[in-house]
Formats: sequence, structure tokens, C-alpha cells
Amino acid sequence: MSLRVSELRVYYRTLKGDVKALDDVSFTMRDGEILGLAGESGCGKTTLGKSLIRMDGRMRHMGGTVELDGRELPIGDDRRMNEFRFHEVSLIPQYSMSAMNPTRKIGKMVGELLGSRGVALDRAELESRLDLVELPRKVLDNYPIELSGGMKQRMVMVISTLLNPSLLIADEVTSALDVSTQKAVAKALIGFRDAGFVKSMIFVTHDLALTSHIADTIMVMYAGKLAEKAPAKVMVTAPRHPYTKLLINSLPEVGVRHADKKLSGIAGSPPSLLDPPAGCRFRARCPVAGDECGQEPPVVEVEPDHFVACWKA
Amino acid sequence: MRQYFGRKLLVYGLTFFVAVTINWMVPRFMPGDPVSSMVARAGVSNPGAVETMRTYYTNLFGFDQPLWKQYANFWAALFQGDFGISIWVFPTPVSEVIMGAVPYTLGLMIPSVLLSWVVGNWAGAFAARRRLLDNTVLPVGYVLTAMPYMWLAVLLAWGLGVVAGVFPVAGGYSFSLQPSLSVEFVADLLHHWVLPFLSLFLVALGGWAIGMRNMIIYELESDYSNYLSALGAPQRLIRRYAFRNAVLPQITGLALQLGVLVAGALVTEIVFSYPGLGSLILKAIQNQDFFLLQGTFMFIVLGVLIANFIIDIVYVVVDPRTRAGMAGAQA
Repeated sequence: MSLRVSELRVYYRTLKGDVKALDDVSFTMRDGEILGLAGESGCGKTTLGKSLIRMDGRMRHMGGTVELDGRELPIGDDRRMNEFRFHEVSLIPQYSMSAMNPTRKIGKMVGELLGSRGVALDRAELESRLDLVELPRKVLDNYPIELSGGMKQRMVMVISTLLNPSLLIADEVTSALDVSTQKAVAKALIGFRDAGFVKSMIFVTHDLALTSHIADTIMVMYAGKLAEKAPAKVMVTAPRHPYTKLLINSLPEVGVRHADKKLSGIAGSPPSLLDPPAGCRFRARCPVAGDECGQEPPVVEVEPDHFVACWKA
Repeated sequence: MRQYFGRKLLVYGLTFFVAVTINWMVPRFMPGDPVSSMVARAGVSNPGAVETMRTYYTNLFGFDQPLWKQYANFWAALFQGDFGISIWVFPTPVSEVIMGAVPYTLGLMIPSVLLSWVVGNWAGAFAARRRLLDNTVLPVGYVLTAMPYMWLAVLLAWGLGVVAGVFPVAGGYSFSLQPSLSVEFVADLLHHWVLPFLSLFLVALGGWAIGMRNMIIYELESDYSNYLSALGAPQRLIRRYAFRNAVLPQITGLALQLGVLVAGALVTEIVFSYPGLGSLILKAIQNQDFFLLQGTFMFIVLGVLIANFIIDIVYVVVDPRTRAGMAGAQA
């Protein structure tokens, strides 16, 4: 097992109380696995991604453990966590377009970043990785503004994976890109995994369609909890959780004329995480909810590698 | 690059032309007649002598010629380095009067503007995101910037000069001394310099510190800082980058400050009776001294333009983004 997250609870401290953005989430990842983490806005996927590398000032680790390659990550301790960052856990941020210091040449910045982590810059290795993502080597002598959006994205991918981290968190990396660039980025990420630059990867996205192409396993979250986790193919073809079913039904299909067949969405919106309802959190929007849903559904492995948190599954 | 600086120089040339023209116009459109006041100052009562004097002075300053000719003469003289003759301290040439005042003004303004900039930026950057320091530097900064300048200057003069008696409150040097390069004179000069310098330094300090603090916090919250933190880069590196980027707008601010450098000391020089350009402007206005006023303004215009040009060059060196803009059409 590469990553083991057990009963992780991360809350946001606010003046009105704790926002339970991540409430009792447990899952594991194998070596070499790409986990697609999907869900609508505010379901806790970015919080999970951030928790694994660097919590922001408002986030509090309330319980649960994270274990990477057999070592426990001190995720609640910003200082002790530093040792793991970049070396063991790395991040491709949502904001790749502005992730590089605008007033430093890229090559120089990479050298300074590595130097500050006590690693000497291996120019040849860096250049070979640039070749891999089809960036010209001269970008190292450029300033970030001289690169296009897609180039910056690829540059950040190269920087983030330079120390061969065990776990890479790719947070909404394709959100701001056009479709053909999305495909190139997805391919590059798979290439990194195949080349052994990263052992395993969490691909955070709200784009289920794209996830199903690159992820081995898809995990769907709802309101800070795990809803369903299954191999990508199973998730798309035979989802068990009513939320996942509705989510997949609301994806447009190629060749379907939506003038004839209205694209269905999911009525309602997720509950407030400040004071989430007892029992199943999807209950209010669920078409099949029953009395037992007043109790919180446990996460059950209905088939090998297929976990669902639903009484009706 | 050459095109960029060529265009800049053209703009500066145009600005110079317009500013000098306005300089020439303003004193001439002021109410009052300098020649009459000079004649009156001589205290001659004989009408014939008054008439002779009037003609002599009018001729001397060229006021008998039509305006356009005066304007043309003015430009011609300008290129020969001739600013005319002062009316107030007749017959000293204006250039000599100005050159006597310039060292005082520059000696006062350059250290106070630059030092307050450096110290203010440093203090602001250091205080940002460090609770204890932030809670002290920020209020002190606000108090300093919000304080009316004259009041601070008077307070300093009263406190350190009158009550404590540590520093003299007026003049560029003691009246008992003659300007010379002796140790005694230089020490006296510095002694007189401290209070006006301190007042200018303190007043500018707070603004720079507050500006820098806010800029640093903005930079520390920016995406590249977050990314570096996520990759475990030490605070030292992140702060260094933040400082480098936060100082850019401060450089623009400095350019503006340098612009008013020459004239900015006016109030200080009046409060402390410091013999710089500021006092000169006041004297020139009080005595309707066209040529002196023109000359001082000319000096200020030149100062502003040169300071801005230097900052333009500095900016190109420190901010790569301006260089990228130069290659395109929008420089």
C-alpha cells in the first residue's frame, strides 16, 4: 500500500463554528495507482488534496491518520511536514498559470528552490524531463510570462515531480485548459507515472469524463464524505451509489441530441457542512431515500475494490 | 530597446519644452511689476532719475521687447547656460544664486528620501506577518504618515532644539562662521543638518513602511508563494522573492518622490530657515524675481525629468516584464 488514509477529519475554523469539510474519510492507494477524486464544488476534494501536503491557516486536523509508504505523515504539524513535502508528497496546483515567480528566470528559480531543499540541480535530468513534456530547453532561460498557459502548466508539472515524489496531488490541473491541452496534460501525467517519476497520484477534478480516461480508480465524494470508490471502468458502467448514478447521468453523451432528450441534473444542492444533517448526507436529494437513511451508512466493500456508502446499494 | 528609450527621450524632450515654456509664462503673468519695485527700493525721488532708472532696468532685463522676442531670447540664453540676472540680489547672476542653494537642498533631500525609502521598506518587509512587530511598526507608521509635516518639524525644533538644546533650530550653518572646508565648518554644517533631515526622514518613513508591509503580505499570499510553501521551500526564500516583487511598486513611488525632491523641501527650509532652493523660491516670489523663479523652476523640472529617466532605466533592469513589453508594441 502506498497511501493509507484512515478516518481523516479536517475542519475549517470559522467564526460560526467548524465546517466539517472532511469527515471520517478512509481509503487506500496502491503503488502506481492513479486515483481520480471527483465530486461537485464544496464536497471536500480540494480539502483532501491540501490536507495531504499543506493545510492552509484555517484548516484544522481533527483526527485520523495518513500513512505514506509505511510512515505516518504529520499532516497537522506544518513544520514537521516540511521534510516530506516535495521529496515524498508533491503538488501540481490549481493555479499553475501563476505558480512561478514572475521576476525570476525559470531555470534560476528551480535551482534556488532545489538548493533551499538541500538538493543540487541536475541540469541533464531536468532537461530530459523537459524533452518528455515537449518543452524546449531554452524555457529555463525564460521568464514565466514568456510561456503560454499550456507551457507553464507543463513546466510546473516538471518542477513538482523533479524529486520523484511518492505521491503527487494534481489539483484541478485541467480546469483552465482547452480540450486538446487537457488531453496532453493527462497523457503527460500518465507518462510520469509510467516512467516512475511518481509512484502514485491523486487527480482531483470535477470532470468525471476526463477522470475516467486517466484514472485507475475513481473516488466520488459528497459533502465531506466518501460516497463511492471503484475501479474507473466499474464506476462509469456500473455505479452503485445513487449520487454517482445521477452524476454520471448528468454528463452529456456524444451523439445525443439534447433537444430531444433533456440533460438531467441533480436537483437541490449539497448540505451546509457547518451543521450537516444526521444520517446519510445525500438523503435530501436522493430519489431512493428511505427510513434507514436516517442512520449514517457505513462504507461497505460490495465487490473487491468497490466501496459504497449507501444503504440501498 | 533602442526604440523604447528613443520614444522615452522624445517624451522627456517634449515635457521639457512645455515645462520650460510654462516656467517662462508664469512669472510674467503674475500681478505686479518688478522694475517699479526695484526703482522704489532705490528710494530715489527725482522724477528724471526714476525715469532713467526705469529705462535702464527695463532695457537690462529686456522687458521693452515684444513678448515673443523675450521668449526667443530666453531660449537662446538658456542654451548658453544663461538664466539671467537676479532681481532680488541684483546684480548676481541667477545661476550663481541657484548654485549656492542647490548643495543644501540636495544634501538634505537625497539622504532623507533615499534613507527613508530603504529603512521604511526594510522595516515594512520585516514587520509583515510577524505579529509582534506588525503591531508596533504599523501604528507607529500610521502616526508618522498622518502627522502634518509642519507640526512634526516644529515639534522637533522645539523638543530637540529649544528645550533640549541639542541642535540649532535655524540656518544652514552658524552665522559666526564663513563657509570653508575646515573641520569646524563641516561639523557645524552637519549639526545644522540633523533636524531638517530628521523631520523629512521621519515623515516619509511611515508611508514607505506601511506600503511595503501591505505589498509583502499581498505577495506572501500570491500563488507562487503558496506553491513554494507547498513544496516545502523555507520562509527565507519565499520572503526574498516576495520582497523582490513587492519592491517594484515602491520603486515607482520613489520616482515620484524624487520628482518632488528639489521642491519638496520648501516647507522644511522655511521652518528651519535652511538656505536651499525652497527658501529661494519663497524669496523669488516675495521679490517678484522672474529670473530667479524661472531658474529655480527650471532646475526642478530638470531634476524631475532626470530622476524619472533614471527610474525608467532601473525599472527595466529590475522587472523583466517591462522588457517583454518593450519587444511588443505597447512600450
